[in-house]
Amino acid sequence: MMSRRLLPVLPALTLLAMLGPVVAGLYGTVLPAFGHLPAAGLIGPTLDPFYHLFGWAGLPRAVMLSVGVGMGATVIALSIAALLTAGWSGTRAFRFLQRLLSPLLSVPHAAAAFGLAFLITPSGWISRALSPAITGWDRPPDLLIVQDTLGLTMMAGLIVKEVPFLLLIILAALGQADTQRSAAIAQALGYGRVTGWLKTVFPRVYAQIRLPVYVVLAYAMSVVDVAVILGPNTPPSLSVYIVRLMSDPDIAMRLQGAAAAILQLGLVVIALIVWRMTESIVAVLGHRWVLSGARGKIDPLIGILALFAGGLCAFAVLAGIVVLGVWSFAGFWSFPNFLPDQFMLRNWLRFGPGTLAALGETALIAGTVTLAALVLTIGCLEAEYRHGLSLSSRGLWLLYLPLLVPQTAFLPGLQTLMLNIGADVGRTPVIFAHLVFVLPYVFLAFADPFRAWDVRIGTIAAALGARPDRVLWRIRLPMLLRPVLTATAVGLSVSVGQYLATLLIGGGRVATLTTEAVALASGGDRRAIGVYGLMQTGAALVPFTLALLVPAIVWRNRTGLRHG
Amino acid sequence: MDKGLTLGNVEILQNGEPLLCLTQTIKPGEVLSIMGPSGVGKSTLLSFITGTLAADFTARGTVLLNGDDITFTPAYQRRIGILFQDDLLFPHLSVGANLAFGLRAGGSKTSRLTRIHEALSEVGLDGFADRDPATLSGGQKARVALMRMLLSEPRALLLDEPFSRLDAALRGQVRTLVFARAKARALPVVMVTHDAEDAAAASGHIVTLAPVT
Repeated sequence: MMSRRLLPVLPALTLLAMLGPVVAGLYGTVLPAFGHLPAAGLIGPTLDPFYHLFGWAGLPRAVMLSVGVGMGATVIALSIAALLTAGWSGTRAFRFLQRLLSPLLSVPHAAAAFGLAFLITPSGWISRALSPAITGWDRPPDLLIVQDTLGLTMMAGLIVKEVPFLLLIILAALGQADTQRSAAIAQALGYGRVTGWLKTVFPRVYAQIRLPVYVVLAYAMSVVDVAVILGPNTPPSLSVYIVRLMSDPDIAMRLQGAAAAILQLGLVVIALIVWRMTESIVAVLGHRWVLSGARGKIDPLIGILALFAGGLCAFAVLAGIVVLGVWSFAGFWSFPNFLPDQFMLRNWLRFGPGTLAALGETALIAGTVTLAALVLTIGCLEAEYRHGLSLSSRGLWLLYLPLLVPQTAFLPGLQTLMLNIGADVGRTPVIFAHLVFVLPYVFLAFADPFRAWDVRIGTIAAALGARPDRVLWRIRLPMLLRPVLTATAVGLSVSVGQYLATLLIGGGRVATLTTEAVALASGGDRRAIGVYGLMQTGAALVPFTLALLVPAIVWRNRTGLRHG
Repeated sequence: MDKGLTLGNVEILQNGEPLLCLTQTIKPGEVLSIMGPSGVGKSTLLSFITGTLAADFTARGTVLLNGDDITFTPAYQRRIGILFQDDLLFPHLSVGANLAFGLRAGGSKTSRLTRIHEALSEVGLDGFADRDPATLSGGQKARVALMRMLLSEPRALLLDEPFSRLDAALRGQVRTLVFARAKARALPVVMVTHDAEDAAAASGHIVTLAPVT
């Protein structure tokens, strides 16, 4: 399978699959942004698209939303995740939250956003739970909570999904540094849990989680699906505006969209630079704080607040999924009632066939992309093992690059480029576009377990006369069944959750569960959203469940593989 | 033709710095014991002989096995068996499947099964073929690892502190077993050890490596 000639090429091929579309997309964005679109008879360069963009009255507000929501969500999510780990790591409450991590992570952003909306709208579950007994409302109050003009709900929607992600990253970093003893020593010196952890462990951990934090920042600044569902409409955030412009049949609008995409890229770059500089300032202040010897008097209070905030995030996602489920079976549901007046299957009968078609498309794309990502990842790692060709020697940056460049900056350009060269939009290009986002996550999920494998086992197998291919297929991969399946589940859930790549590169003709669900946002049919949101969550959650169950069943008689 | 394992002017460098150099011939059935402090490169020498030297090491010199120069032969074609201090049984395979992985390819299914059962009974483990390796005791695992290696019909045997994880009572037993089997098959043996008792029991030549200054 892995021929001697093919294997050494795989790292280069992987880089091409990951970075090629990003570079091509940026190229395809820059030219039309300066009025150069030969296919439409437009020859640049001109600054007209930028003049049009800056002539839009909503721009300052859209930019503020993008920056404010992105920065706010990242700072708050990082604070919650770090303080939660500081105050509670090793405790029973923390282990409970840890067990919720995988399901919380696999819930697609769009489904979590819909769930949150159904919880906190004036006619949502929380309001129903408190009405009329506590609030006195017998009809939903006239409040703008979801899609509020400041983007606070949108920020909340991002926070509840990014806290589990950052928590996972922090936990992975903790495993690599000798952190437990540092925290124990700090406590023995009289420091509170939180202060001791922040002073001794956090600096080391942050050095390792820096890139994922940047990814969260870039993502939160340029997210589209969560912004469509929870963000304001007039004006929308910059990303949503870009997507609107790009779906306009008027070519001048597309040029303006390209200009807006360049602006988006610039904003993210500036935000990352500002963040990096703030890191240095925080480091100086933190160093002073360490030298001050303050032991942390209010640590217990901070710990409790962090636990409350973390619990709230988990609750928002999980209760959101439950309320999606309730709506999907709801008949008539009058206001202050906590549960629907009647439950029925009619919604599922009505929307079920549509969701099944979308599920088929979703599964086909996700399955193909994940398989390709796995082959490339395993190929890269095996090439590193056999030939010393290391992808990581060129820096983790390359892996994170496709996640750092805002989607709204290169996907519109990729679409324009494809239309220019007459390539057909549709399923195959969508698969390649998904690969850009799936590959880094699959690689990051699988690289550590693959490298942690005891190479002496490989020596033994080779000494027994097994060729390298046989060692890989018969020994190494079977032993790594659990991480292989986890990486598969990660890949599938990333692909299932892709909205913008499917929408733009599919030219609106590729209907996955996510594009269909987000398209329902403007209509506000809660029963349809319930059905689609639940199916979307299931499509991401089922593989994670299988990744836990399958190794337990296959290796039920192999104690040596039950853990780790 | 020279029977046995010959290390000719073997010199190993770590990141360009010389680590050790050695010239030795081990005749069939003889044991060469290599001693010396940790970090002196004992295990590295073994990985050079098996053909699995890590990337930050380079080596010069030749390895001859029964007169053939195998210095550049791929690891899986050298037929040099190795045992580590951990049994390193493949945890996803049953005891029998571990042995089948080691047994040289060829022969009918029944004859292969017979050889596996014979190998198990040779070390007093009759009926263990379907067991999960993780359920075996330390001494049982060591015996399975030995038989797995011997079934691959190696032409030389390397031992990387193979007895150091076993408790004192078991240690002598397993040691006697390994040396007896190696002698019966007339294998040249290179053993790396910290333990003077191991080296004495081997009753062969002893080389003590010292750090290069």
